[in-house]
Amino acid sequence: MAFRSAVITFPGSNCDRDMAVAIEQVCGGEVHRVWHGEAALPEGLDFIALPGGFSYGDYLRSGAMAARSPIMRAVVDAANRGVKVLGVCNGFQVLTESGLLPGVLMRNAGIRFVCREVGLTVANNTSVFTQRYFMGQKITIPVAHHDGNYFADADTLDRLEGEGRVAFRYAEAVNGSARDIAGVLNEGGNVLGMMPHPERFIEAAHGGIDGRALFEGVVRGLVEA
Amino acid sequence: MPSTTKVRVFVSLKNGVLDPQGRAITHAIEGLGFSGVTDVRAGRMFELEVDASVTDAALDEMASKLLANMVIENYRIERVA
Repeated sequence: MAFRSAVITFPGSNCDRDMAVAIEQVCGGEVHRVWHGEAALPEGLDFIALPGGFSYGDYLRSGAMAARSPIMRAVVDAANRGVKVLGVCNGFQVLTESGLLPGVLMRNAGIRFVCREVGLTVANNTSVFTQRYFMGQKITIPVAHHDGNYFADADTLDRLEGEGRVAFRYAEAVNGSARDIAGVLNEGGNVLGMMPHPERFIEAAHGGIDGRALFEGVVRGLVEA
Repeated sequence: MPSTTKVRVFVSLKNGVLDPQGRAITHAIEGLGFSGVTDVRAGRMFELEVDASVTDAALDEMASKLLANMVIENYRIERVA
């Protein structure tokens, strides 16, 4: 059965095409492009991606408006049914604002927009998204964000770490994130939010291919499931 | 047209949450030559025009579900006479 995925486009998304191309190239199958105003997702999806960008011009808070758009009700339902959901950058902000992931992404501690390649450490290699990496593996993935400073209360952070739900940590100072958290998983392990952009590092021409394994994991997990 | 009243919702960061913007503003105030300002916390204020049917409970829900992110922010609602 062909791999079925959807990339959601909000007004102001700007990494949706890159995301769709990455999925097409690494996962294959059918990639649906879905507008945020739709109330329903295509049937039988295996994977949903919320792309980076500046949905609604970051009005109110980054991701806050997009999290209340019609399609997000369907995304939350799908995530609760176990469909794999990846949110990158603004997509991560939408996931925290929608309550699918705990915590919040605040303004970078250094105030500045950070746009560069950063070193990450793989902190979980058992999730569908991270199974193709080694535990503790050092990888390089680009970031480009203003609001990437992950914050949650100490109890939540302890729980995330205790349950192995920190997927990636920054291996260098980037944005002031609590405990250097760059990506977190939900309780079921089927929702991942991360600030770095794996879809921008999937072929040699990009300058690196460390993002590729994430998409390989997504499709492998689903084929085996 | 039903008459409306004004409601103000003040959203501020919870204590203990670092506010990099507030810190930058503190430095900017200093840069202007003012002394004595030791800290600034940046927040925001929303003015809502509401008719009589809007209850306090509804306002509370609007503030906690959308206007404020309760992970890091608190809010205060004020009905303006």
